[in-house]
Amino acid sequence: MLRIPCPFCGPRDHSEFSYEGDASVTYPPLDAPEEAWFEAVFLREDRRGPTEELWHHLYGCRAHVIVERDTLTHEITGARLANPAIRAALSEGEE
Amino acid sequence: MQRYSALSVLWGGLTGQKNWRPVWGRPQPKPEYDVIIVGGGGHGLATAYYLAKVHKIRRVAVIEKGWLGGGNAGRNTTIVRSNYGIEGNTEFYEHSLKLWENLSHELNYNVMFSQRAHVNLVFSPGHRDMLARKYNIMRLNGIDGEYWDQDTLRRRIPHLDFAGRFPPLGAYVQPRAGTARHDAVNWGFARAATALGVDIIQGCEVTGFIREGGAIVGVEARQGEQEYSIRAEKVGLAVAGHTSVLAKKAGLGKLPLETHKLQAYVSEPIKPFLDCVLVYGGVGHFYISQSDKGGMVYGGHLDMYPSYAQKGNLPIYEDVAAACMAVLPALGRVKLLRQWAGVMDMSMDGSPFITKTDIPGLYLNAGWCYGGFKATPGSGYCFAHTIAQDRPHWANEKLTLTRYREGRLIDEEATGPTPKLH
Amino acid sequence: MTSFRLNAGGVVDRSQPLRFDWDGLTMSGLQGDTLASALLANGVRVVGRSFKYHRPRGVMTAGPEEGGALVTTGRGAQRVPNEKAPMVELFDGLQASGQNAWPGVRFDIGEINDLFGRFFTAGFYYKTFMGPGRGTWAWMQFEKLIRRAAGMGTASREPDPDQYDIVHDFCDLLVVGAGPAGLAAARQAAEDGLDVMLVEQDFALGGRLIGSTETVEGQPADQWLASAQSALGSVRVLTRATAFGLYDGSIVGIYERLTDHLASPDPQMPRGAIRIVRPRRIVLTTGAIERPVAFGANDRPRVMLAGAMETYVRRFGVAPGSRAVVATCHDGAYSSAMALAAAGISTTLLDARMALPPALADAARSAGIELMPGYVPVEARGHKGVRGLQVGRLVDEGSLARSEREIACDCVGVSGGWSPAVHLVSHRGHKPVWSPELACFLPATAPEGVALAGAARGVWATDAVLADARTAAADAVAGLRGKRRRKAAERPEPGGWETPIQPLWEVRVDGVKLKSFVDPQHDVTTDDVRQAAREGYASVEHMKRYTTLGMATDQGKLGNVIGLALLADSLGQSVPETGITTFRPPYTPVPIGALAGRARGTHWQPERRTAMHDAQADDGAVFTDAGLWKRAWWHPAFPGEPLENAYVREARAVRSTCGMVDVSTLGKIAVQGPDAAEFLDRVFVNGFAKLPVMKCRYGVNLRDDGIVMDDGVTWRLAEDEFLVTCTTANAAKMMAWFENLLAFRWPALRVHVASTTDQWAGVAVAGPRARAALERVVASGDVSKDGLPFMGIVHARVRVTDGEIPAMIARISFSGELAFEVYTPSGYGPALWKALVPSVRAEDGCAYGMEALGALRIEKGHVTGAELDGRTTLDDCGLGRMASTKKPFIGNALRHRPELSRTDRPQLAHFLPVTEGEKFSIGAVVCREGEVKGHGIGWITGVTVAPALGDGWLGIGFVTGGPAAWEGKTVVIADPIRGSEVRARVASPHQFDPKGERMHA
Repeated sequence: MLRIPCPFCGPRDHSEFSYEGDASVTYPPLDAPEEAWFEAVFLREDRRGPTEELWHHLYGCRAHVIVERDTLTHEITGARLANPAIRAALSEGEE
Repeated sequence: MQRYSALSVLWGGLTGQKNWRPVWGRPQPKPEYDVIIVGGGGHGLATAYYLAKVHKIRRVAVIEKGWLGGGNAGRNTTIVRSNYGIEGNTEFYEHSLKLWENLSHELNYNVMFSQRAHVNLVFSPGHRDMLARKYNIMRLNGIDGEYWDQDTLRRRIPHLDFAGRFPPLGAYVQPRAGTARHDAVNWGFARAATALGVDIIQGCEVTGFIREGGAIVGVEARQGEQEYSIRAEKVGLAVAGHTSVLAKKAGLGKLPLETHKLQAYVSEPIKPFLDCVLVYGGVGHFYISQSDKGGMVYGGHLDMYPSYAQKGNLPIYEDVAAACMAVLPALGRVKLLRQWAGVMDMSMDGSPFITKTDIPGLYLNAGWCYGGFKATPGSGYCFAHTIAQDRPHWANEKLTLTRYREGRLIDEEATGPTPKLH
Repeated sequence: MTSFRLNAGGVVDRSQPLRFDWDGLTMSGLQGDTLASALLANGVRVVGRSFKYHRPRGVMTAGPEEGGALVTTGRGAQRVPNEKAPMVELFDGLQASGQNAWPGVRFDIGEINDLFGRFFTAGFYYKTFMGPGRGTWAWMQFEKLIRRAAGMGTASREPDPDQYDIVHDFCDLLVVGAGPAGLAAARQAAEDGLDVMLVEQDFALGGRLIGSTETVEGQPADQWLASAQSALGSVRVLTRATAFGLYDGSIVGIYERLTDHLASPDPQMPRGAIRIVRPRRIVLTTGAIERPVAFGANDRPRVMLAGAMETYVRRFGVAPGSRAVVATCHDGAYSSAMALAAAGISTTLLDARMALPPALADAARSAGIELMPGYVPVEARGHKGVRGLQVGRLVDEGSLARSEREIACDCVGVSGGWSPAVHLVSHRGHKPVWSPELACFLPATAPEGVALAGAARGVWATDAVLADARTAAADAVAGLRGKRRRKAAERPEPGGWETPIQPLWEVRVDGVKLKSFVDPQHDVTTDDVRQAAREGYASVEHMKRYTTLGMATDQGKLGNVIGLALLADSLGQSVPETGITTFRPPYTPVPIGALAGRARGTHWQPERRTAMHDAQADDGAVFTDAGLWKRAWWHPAFPGEPLENAYVREARAVRSTCGMVDVSTLGKIAVQGPDAAEFLDRVFVNGFAKLPVMKCRYGVNLRDDGIVMDDGVTWRLAEDEFLVTCTTANAAKMMAWFENLLAFRWPALRVHVASTTDQWAGVAVAGPRARAALERVVASGDVSKDGLPFMGIVHARVRVTDGEIPAMIARISFSGELAFEVYTPSGYGPALWKALVPSVRAEDGCAYGMEALGALRIEKGHVTGAELDGRTTLDDCGLGRMASTKKPFIGNALRHRPELSRTDRPQLAHFLPVTEGEKFSIGAVVCREGEVKGHGIGWITGVTVAPALGDGWLGIGFVTGGPAAWEGKTVVIADPIRGSEVRARVASPHQFDPKGERMHA
């Protein structure tokens, strides 16, 4: 079982979350050409090793969390909220 | 090749089993081959065999990082079927099934293909309607398929749970489908390929590719402390869950793949309990069959996150166990003996590619998701054809890499570019 | 039957006899026995039969590594196959029987296989059974015979009657294994203030100290144990609990057996519980597993592990025989021989070494043990039990011996060394390393936060084990308190024997054929291992798979290391060069039912009911499954009215008067915020920015790849507030999608989304008299033609039995009729339904269900999930004109890929049988006439009797090129799976009321 440190909820079983994809993918503007969208939607780095992933805390606070995880060892080294504004607001609250 | 038969087994018994010759040797890599296949799994070995057998290309090396058949080829749930409804898959998997039907004779090695029927349970009228199209298409393509109503199902598998949350209403059945002994398939291909002159080099890792003028003309490899440069006119990749890693080394760049892991489970051996492959899809996902040794072999969904590790976690197992109990509640007291995992090259539409690449000399066989075992002979046959002839066989014509760009997707599950859902 | 129970000794309670049934015989044991000890006490030798050769097998071990005494317990639905007798706790009334034998284990016809054993060697089945000719027919026949012969016990075919629980737990420190090391570690950590859990697979704590006579830290072992147990204090102790797997994040899976040992368990008690524990630190004090030596007929009943004999004598007060030979090659087995001698059993000790450990040898001699240095076992005599042991002298320090003489004996104890139980760290991929000095694999690394201690890391001597365990516990405490870890040097070195072990894997004699077992359960012999190597199966994994060594229910605990050493020897390599094998979870087998927990039967998946479910059920509605929801399928007008009748009647009512249907399951998402309209504009293919407040609009959205994802009506309730409705099936997916977009792709958008699916109950009222029906209950709010125009929304109050309830009413039509959707907070759902039923009836209408809903939408040509199936485009479904050209939206870029833009793609159409009275079904394939093959040119997604179109049969589906290419032409609708082939005419899907006059009425 992976234990994902949700920035809101603390460490939680990964079964509360849903893996939503490679967080390093940048989706182009909606009016970008087909080629840019093709790459974002269909091609993957598919890293063997450290990677950043988007996880949705589906059965928890429903935040989207960017998790730093190694796909070979499954070790998790960090997690932050995907939404920068909420991330900033949360860290202000902690100060 | 030393011929195996009832007589040879009898002779072995009388001579203290001293009559057997090694099935494959421990060849040293030669400096040059016509074709190098990277990956000594079922697909790679089958490709080498068909290259030598059908296309008479005998200067072939299979280079395997670990031990042959040690990847997904030796850690799957051994189901063989051809119940596919989308063009591209339908003809390919049926071609493969036809090869399966004669494979033991072809290889003179009993791969134990048992055509005990693949029984796909349906649990609601909507589910029944949804699957009807696929089985109709199979029939229209000359593939066997039939529907069992609930009475038939009760008669054939009386210990199914007909009183649960989603009791089966009936089942779609492919009678010619079944299971095979996975190791035997790998060993049978390896032995037959060796007999035709193929070098199977185990414990040898491909670390890079030799390039000349934009083309790939061989591989760099390491076996223990020893490093090799091995040249070949053509190099084929058949490395399943490690495709993305090698593709990057080869300069193919990003592929429409995401690597996930799938668990499989086997119970302690019990006396005959189930004489078909049983599948439950829809609300849960579950498949089970009984090995000839008596173990119940079963599995379900992926672990649902990318992984290159051959180990699984508990949450999916809880789901699989629950699905197992929903289908066959008598198995509650039977014990799980072993749990393991394989690394799956999940493609963006759930279907594979067997194709030339944009790089001259480089050929790619990947994207098998978790259905590669049943494809073994077909994949080898078509990949060998593609490599030898430089054009696809009719059965893999549609299994291209360019289809994503064209929008010609082969999406059986209809879940779109979300690899974990295929 | 002779009693082998000793008059004294052991921790069994001689005042509490227990009766049990073994293979139809009533026998007696004692409180504190296992089935194995009780069978030994009753003189039972043959307990099981082996997998392949059906050789008689007895109790070989005293633990989960058992390879011989596999039995079936219980009867009927409670039957459990493949139980290991040493792990079955005895209770009054226990029923157990032999398995894999006919007529029984004492005399088994199947033993004839043993005569042909020379033919049935490793992998013989890969070489034959293929039959002549082609195909699989011959194998299929042989396979039937093989399958019947294979398997071990027989499973019940009745549902498991028991319940299991899944318990989630946390602790500071988890200690696995409650032998001396575990007890010491747990006590130390608890005294240091940690929350400690201690799990033990046995029903008693103490491991090998139970019944031991050794002195531990100056105290007799029993006193040390008693004080150690009483000092556990706050430690949470779980017995009969096996830590079966170590998973990522160092999560431990534990299976706790709760009732298997009880004569009459409380029926409310679960049989077992899976505990999923998330400890902050773990100390593994899992001990070591003794391994046997391969010699001739080493599988005969009463050839046992030496340590197991010691356990039976000391813990259970049972003598395995009266004349024993113990064979070993290391110091560890001396205590076993001493235990036998102390129990009055005449004992001979063979030690393969010429140089004996001086102190131990002296002690053995003074205990009356005959010592034979340099001697090894060659072959056991006897069939259903040992009668003697042929012994020999080792020719060198290898395995070759010269056979010398037979020693009369009735039991043989063997010990080839100890293998630390490193299984749990192996589950995490941490590979052990070979120690040539100790002739075993030692753990090399462990995951973060996990430590091994005691015999689990090869520390043998009790005092050193205790010190090691306490250090490991102190390290855990220091780690948790953020202190620097102690140096590894403080941990005792592995080992601790007076004289080094002389590895002995196998005993061979030149010119003598011995049947020496490596994996007794699977009948794998040393010759099988050599044959595999000779045939080229030289990788350890190939050898294991080819011979099936280590694949039995002990998962190689007995045989793996010997097999590996023999393979290394065959290949002329060292053990580390040859490899290791990976242990997979579970450590010991776990019932499948346990991991399912309470997700059984009707509780497998949740059942979702709408707020109006009961109100409809009270009126006799028949329900069907729609995902997890139960939805009314049809509403019988009289009891037993069949579906075929009812749905046509219901649909006809909607077309002629009115009907009402529960639409509460539709997904509902509140989209709020200043950028809500902008957000919807990006998500949907059509525009929402200009939608006026209190108006709604049908929308379609695409996936990134340009394929249709979902459709639904979106209501604008305020400038910055929308209510998006989506299909029942996609409700959760759409919600997660919206959240993803807002969190990850467009975090700058000021929008908040919330799922309100369960907050609103909804009823659609449809038909020419829908307004009249509605007006009967609307207390306030204008639903007149002008007051509430098509796609308008109004806030209203509805009269119900005991007052008024709030409602939102929108003029939305799915059926093509004048129609309204009435939403009220879920709590008022039943009241709304009950209020509407009489008013609809008063207008000669009725309630309708899913089937009629489907009929109406098929007639109207509206799409559902059956058409928006994840492979179709906007144009395929006739929705292409909705796509805005003024703004970009998700999926717009990729929907123009060449294959998706072709005009000859299958497109939505109606299909009508050419011959009146003929029917076709969903899932049928549309083909050209004369070309009924291949993938066809289309398919059918919905069928119905169409009251609005003359009561004929009507299908909706797809055909290549759509109505533009096919309207008025004939196709064949092929359905081979159900044996039908019908000619049909293709029509536009918008035959019914093409101008939409009815819904605008």
